[in-house]
Amino acid sequence: MSILVDKTTRVLVQGVTGREGTFHAKACAEYGTKIVGGVTPGKGGSTHEGWPVFNSVQEAVDKTGADVSVIFVPPAFAADAIMEAADAEIELIICITEGIPVLDMVRAWEFLQTRRARLIGPNCPGIISPGKSKIGIMPAAIHREGTIGIVSRSGTLTYEAVYQLSTRGIGQSTAVGIGGDPIIGTTFVDALDLFNRDPQTEAVVMIGEIGGNAEEAAAEFVKARMKKPVVGFIAGQTAPPGRRMGHAGAIISGGQGTAAEKIKAMEAAGIRVCNSPAEIGETVAAAMGVRAGA
Amino acid sequence: MKIHEYQAKAILRNYGVAVPRGNIASTREEAEAAARALFDAGASAVVVKAQIHAGGRGKGGGVKIARSSEEATELASRMLGMTLVTHQTGPGGKLVGRVLIEETLPIDKELYLGIVIDRNEARPVFMASASGGMEIEQVAAENPAAILREYVTPEMGLAAFQARKLAFQLGLKPQQVGQAVLFMTGLYKAFEETDSSLVEINPFVSCTDGRLMALDAKMNFDDNALFRHGELKQLRDISEEDPLEVEASKYNLNYIKLEGNVGCMVNGAGLAMATMDIIKYAGGMPANFLDVGGGANAEQVTHAFEILLSDKNVKAVLINIFGGILRVDTLARGVVEAAGKTGIKLPVVLRLEGTNVEQGREILRQSGLNFIVADTMKDAAEKVVRAAG
Repeated sequence: MSILVDKTTRVLVQGVTGREGTFHAKACAEYGTKIVGGVTPGKGGSTHEGWPVFNSVQEAVDKTGADVSVIFVPPAFAADAIMEAADAEIELIICITEGIPVLDMVRAWEFLQTRRARLIGPNCPGIISPGKSKIGIMPAAIHREGTIGIVSRSGTLTYEAVYQLSTRGIGQSTAVGIGGDPIIGTTFVDALDLFNRDPQTEAVVMIGEIGGNAEEAAAEFVKARMKKPVVGFIAGQTAPPGRRMGHAGAIISGGQGTAAEKIKAMEAAGIRVCNSPAEIGETVAAAMGVRAGA
Repeated sequence: MKIHEYQAKAILRNYGVAVPRGNIASTREEAEAAARALFDAGASAVVVKAQIHAGGRGKGGGVKIARSSEEATELASRMLGMTLVTHQTGPGGKLVGRVLIEETLPIDKELYLGIVIDRNEARPVFMASASGGMEIEQVAAENPAAILREYVTPEMGLAAFQARKLAFQLGLKPQQVGQAVLFMTGLYKAFEETDSSLVEINPFVSCTDGRLMALDAKMNFDDNALFRHGELKQLRDISEEDPLEVEASKYNLNYIKLEGNVGCMVNGAGLAMATMDIIKYAGGMPANFLDVGGGANAEQVTHAFEILLSDKNVKAVLINIFGGILRVDTLARGVVEAAGKTGIKLPVVLRLEGTNVEQGREILRQSGLNFIVADTMKDAAEKVVRAAG
């Protein structure tokens, strides 16, 4: 199984002719992901790296039957690209773009409530179901197929967690980066719910960070509904208040959104929280009853 | 991006938000002219307010009342050039370069208005409270019910009925409600059109003569939206920022200076925070947050390294890179170049993983430079803390 994406997923790339779009679309295709075309307004009718390019998402969907779109459009136009994909009845939209104005996302989010699409991101590394499909910018080689679901607000810290698992021989069902922005589509709760229902997934790693209270909401969900072990980590235990720590959403404001609060809520919900980011792999191993290094 | 009170008030005035009459001064002469103009126009007293990007100015001696233009001039000239320390400035304080001189108002009630983005609702929330003058975080902690909230649909803006509702709930007089509606809807419009991340009027005052005024004003802008606000970018005051952070921002590096002695350079915000955390876990203290980002090139890495080393507190450096988009060989080339350029004497611990890691390690080996190589994050943190002493 895995969640959201698998071998049958047909992917459209918005911003396919840009530098980032080209580079990562090729890497995804090399991994085996079915890239069926791209969208760059004004370049419709041409081909790029062998893929047909369309002027609009609607046209691309009509001609290719794409069900997922990944967005590499620059920040000024990315919220519009999200709405365009949703309007064309794309089922899953993955927005990699970092730096979208938050009021643009407020409008896009509002629009998404009127359409069927699920959004992952923005400001995220994307999603990978090892051995099946990679839609995003993560280094493929560190992953291996297995039973651990990963959900995270961070990109490189997710790679770190994956690496700690893979080097211990523990594979992943799906790793999804939900993004570091204050307004995102898919939340921790949404991802946990999907992993809870996925037969391939046996345990979940959830990597949060300072800012907002999405981790607290996730803790409530875990306490009430989660049937599988959850291992957690919160980045930013040493972050000063009032400063934006790289991610637009990573800010402690008015004493809210601290790592300590989040860790407390997660522990109270039975989540095994690692104090050190180096302990994610071994904590999962312990939770799974797998000997470290096996 | 933060701006000064006087800048926020100038913006808000354009949106029909009532602010006291006043003028900005950066010299004694300007202060004298500013004060005289207010007294000539009939003011019985003026307030001299230090302009720094931090709250708590009153308690720190940065807000003073004067009853004559001579007194105002004297207060202003003492305030200009002083280092103001408040609970928000940190122990080093902030240098006062400008003062705002304003008419005083016959205050009846001090209220609060604020607008932020509510992350859970994914919409702006307009907040109001009758407990003005104190920090809203304190009100939220002690008496959350005292904060009134109206969520705003962006296409619609703050509707008149929402503003009216808040005005009545705040206990304003019926004859003040029309004025309050103009004030609040103007305030929201300013928030939306400037792509603010925060607008706060604290206190929002109701005067004995019925007027409603923004006694103080705070606006922060969404950094991600500054590309479409050339005029707002001009309002940046780099003297308010840490010089190293200003330098880093020139190269699109995300750097925040902290108090410890272990410098760190990482790619990705989450991993950068986690690296700070593990340094502390290993018994050390991070000197900074530095995210070189996903798409960094060798030049940016060189600049990042130089910025790290200009912090004199730094006794050892940890470079923790998980190559994804940023390839490890790119990083290694930048580090070698920077190490050569800066003639670095400090111990540098390197922990590299990910895309092109073998090529990266080879570049470092061939450089002949004396780096300490670590295998895991834990190993790296322990080695760098030991090296920093």
